Amino acid sequence: MPPTPSSAPPAHPVDPLFLALPTHRLADAALDRARRLGVSHADFRLERVRSASWRLRDAKLAGSADSVQLGFAVRVLLDGAWGFAAGVELTEQAAAEVAEQAVAVARLSARISAAAGGGDRVELAAEPVHRDAVWVSSYRINPFEVPDAEKTALLADWSAALLAADGVSHVTATLLTVQENKFYADTAGTVTTQQRIRLNPELEALSVDERTGAFESMRTVAPPAGRGWEYLLGEGWDWADELGRIPGYLAEKVKAPSVEPGRYDLVIDPTNLWLTIHESIGHATELDRALGYEAAYAGTSFATFDQLGTLKYGSELMHVTGDRTAEHGLATIGYDDEGVATQSWDLIRDGILTGYQLDRGMAHLKDLGRSNGCAFADSPAHVPVQRMANVSLQPTIDGPDTEGLFEGVENGLYIVGDRSWSIDMQRYNFQFTGQRAYAIKNGQLAGQVKDFAYQATTTDFWGSMTAVGGPQTYLLGGAFNCGKAQPGQVAAVSHGCPSALFQQVNVLNTQQEAGH
Amino acid sequence: MTTRNNAPHELVERALELSRADGCMVLVDEETTANLRWAGNALTTNGVTRGRRVTVIATVDGTEGTASGVVAREAVGAADLEELVRAAEATARDAGPAEDAQPLLSGEAASPDFTAPPAETSIAVFDAFAPELGAAFARARSLGQALYGFARHELTSTYLGSSTGLRLRHDQPTGTVEFNAKSSGTSAWVGEATRDFSGIDVAALQSQLDERLAWGKRKIDLPAGRYETLLPPSALADLMIYLAWSASGRDAVEGRTVFSRPGGGTKLGERLTGLPLTLRSDPAAPGLECAPFVIAHSSGGDQSVFDNGLPIAPTDWIREGVLNDLTTTRHSAALTGLPVRPFADNLVLESADQAAAPSLAELVASTERALLLTCIWYIREVDPATLLLTGLTRDGVYLVENGQVVGEVNNFRFNESPVDLLSRITEVGRTEQTLPREWSDYFSRAAMPAVRVSDFNMSSVSQAS
Repeated sequence: MPPTPSSAPPAHPVDPLFLALPTHRLADAALDRARRLGVSHADFRLERVRSASWRLRDAKLAGSADSVQLGFAVRVLLDGAWGFAAGVELTEQAAAEVAEQAVAVARLSARISAAAGGGDRVELAAEPVHRDAVWVSSYRINPFEVPDAEKTALLADWSAALLAADGVSHVTATLLTVQENKFYADTAGTVTTQQRIRLNPELEALSVDERTGAFESMRTVAPPAGRGWEYLLGEGWDWADELGRIPGYLAEKVKAPSVEPGRYDLVIDPTNLWLTIHESIGHATELDRALGYEAAYAGTSFATFDQLGTLKYGSELMHVTGDRTAEHGLATIGYDDEGVATQSWDLIRDGILTGYQLDRGMAHLKDLGRSNGCAFADSPAHVPVQRMANVSLQPTIDGPDTEGLFEGVENGLYIVGDRSWSIDMQRYNFQFTGQRAYAIKNGQLAGQVKDFAYQATTTDFWGSMTAVGGPQTYLLGGAFNCGKAQPGQVAAVSHGCPSALFQQVNVLNTQQEAGH
Repeated sequence: MTTRNNAPHELVERALELSRADGCMVLVDEETTANLRWAGNALTTNGVTRGRRVTVIATVDGTEGTASGVVAREAVGAADLEELVRAAEATARDAGPAEDAQPLLSGEAASPDFTAPPAETSIAVFDAFAPELGAAFARARSLGQALYGFARHELTSTYLGSSTGLRLRHDQPTGTVEFNAKSSGTSAWVGEATRDFSGIDVAALQSQLDERLAWGKRKIDLPAGRYETLLPPSALADLMIYLAWSASGRDAVEGRTVFSRPGGGTKLGERLTGLPLTLRSDPAAPGLECAPFVIAHSSGGDQSVFDNGLPIAPTDWIREGVLNDLTTTRHSAALTGLPVRPFADNLVLESADQAAAPSLAELVASTERALLLTCIWYIREVDPATLLLTGLTRDGVYLVENGQVVGEVNNFRFNESPVDLLSRITEVGRTEQTLPREWSDYFSRAAMPAVRVSDFNMSSVSQAS
């Protein structure tokens, strides 16, 4: 039997407003109607996703909004084809009608596929039944229980302190908070109820030289987190320290020389490397992409299924895991949107591709046994698709600290914080920038440079990794806005990593790229 | 909780009746969607949805200014309205003065269909399209091709009411279809935007795919570098949309965009291209119709909830090659001294003489040597000062020599600024409705020409195929 995520009692109860919704009655109505219409599988999902955002410009409130998505979805398998429908009217009659619509869509799908000469029938990998499981994420203070005035006051205070610093012309502050509640039930008998909290605070200072028109910005590198309001109070991130340093970082960047393009040894901080991992490993090891199911949109993957167990992804120092159980991870959950208990597993071990991220359909299609729990829908109106786990590069147990990685670097760059990112549709060619880069000369930092971007091919880049930092450099970074699927869906995901050293990576000067 | 038998206009009226705030705006969005998705010549994740969102914007006057509270809920019926209105009022009282506060607009004439039921779509919108899709799968299978793609149709009816008398309604259909065909290591893409799927000719789209797959039978490796390049309407749309999104008047005045003038102010009035190109938005543009008034569910960037209901006039962002307007709200216009210019949800780029403008095929025929792209992808901003964007070519880059497509070239990463690119356009084709590949999730109403650009910066080679 797999471990049961709900074996430990959650620290918080599930929101009583969510529990008061007619979850079981609607599920019964929908699943009963689907059964009567002959489906081989049906699942019902009722979700309440509350999101609130604040945006301050120069310490003044420029916009805020509090919204709740509430609705339910029915997904069915009929004649080997999927059908999906969603609705918002929380009555048993409406639930049954939505189930009928899902069956009608499945029939249409099966008919078109049959007319076209077949196609693979969808079947699901087996999963133990989880009856009445409850899971709540790890947080102390639900941000929705904190008065809005307290939130705006904190952001305004932080903004005002930055604005008061020399050289800071403007400050933007944003905060996003989410409470996600999901109820899931399927025809096999699994019933789960879950709640998770996440938030994403960000502040950016801007310096404008009105005479020359030049401007530069510096943003906090604090990651979004699966935590509560305590994160803004300093638990998990030292805000006072980072905000205190921002004006100095910005002032140095304004005066920094433009980088000389060429090949450099890069020490990449986890505040930047998490995004490189996301794009070049996280998406590339999604099996639906490797099999072509995202070919028209998000793209496929160079890490094709025939290379499982043999593809040399990178250096032998490379150990990458998929994990939907990491505390405070943005993709952490107890059960996925197909009722699969979530897990952690290897994706890359000793530099070799050893695993993929799966949902139940993909797992069965390739005889991989049980799904590792990566089905996710971002709203009650969207169908679950295979989405990213927390994909993380593991540190070297006795590895060096970040300064230790500088040693032996004659001519390099130390890159901190993410900024722009782009990668091709098979995850080969990427280009990233950062918040700041420091020259490394003979093992020592030698001041910031600007206008930099690093560009590489995924396997070349990971093959050039010659040192991996220790656990003391490890940080769980992440994003709220990973896009995939059609209709488009947005997922939050974390990526842990240490600092690491990469040799002879191509660095561009972005002013020269722009023709200036 | 129930939504059955609650007409949207009645929800608007009831919420306004319940309001105890100094001002109130109510938006009810009724949305239905239908979509088909396919991969490997088989349908995959298809569905239909129905949703309703009610947004209440309460405004509360105070000694330091007016505050706003924006609260939105889905699946709202009449019984849920009081809680929603009170929540918005509480949020407004808690929020403090809103920077963008303006007097609420008043309405003179209600939309004539304000009390009519919402427009709807359903899976039936694909009644004619679906059998053609099945036939396309069968044909592709017989030719050893694999088809991937997506068709969606959405209908959103928005009802807007305010305590100052606005009663406005807008029905917005949005449809897109795109096909990606793969065969023997070659990939091709076509896409179209549509309001109702009535004009979608699957066989014609498949014929375009066949032509491009045939071009891909000869492979040509080219290195990174700067190339004369023919950008089709889809690729140009993706670049111009980013330019339009970056045209904030307030940001420009604050000195933080490519449209900021060194020494202060904006670049309004500066020539961006020597060609008589006009970039414009117009809610009534044929085939690209969009809301003729502001619909703002939250404030931020270049929109303000206080502007809800503000008429959106046709606007030339670039006129005859000269930067002519930047986006503003009433608040940011007052702040900067710029005119009020809300952005419409469509974008057209055209040259002055459409009758003489060549088609893409004619541009190819008059080309000595150039790259011909299909579309671009994963576009991200590298440097706001120059609006340098990076991204990649995708699903077909071809080499044109002596008026003929001679083969398929490897993909590239590009680093280019759409503003700088405007100055390097040497020839402009005929403007046609197009589907932006990258941004069509958010922005699908565009009409663009194909253009010839000198020295397009292909920064490196991508192995993706």
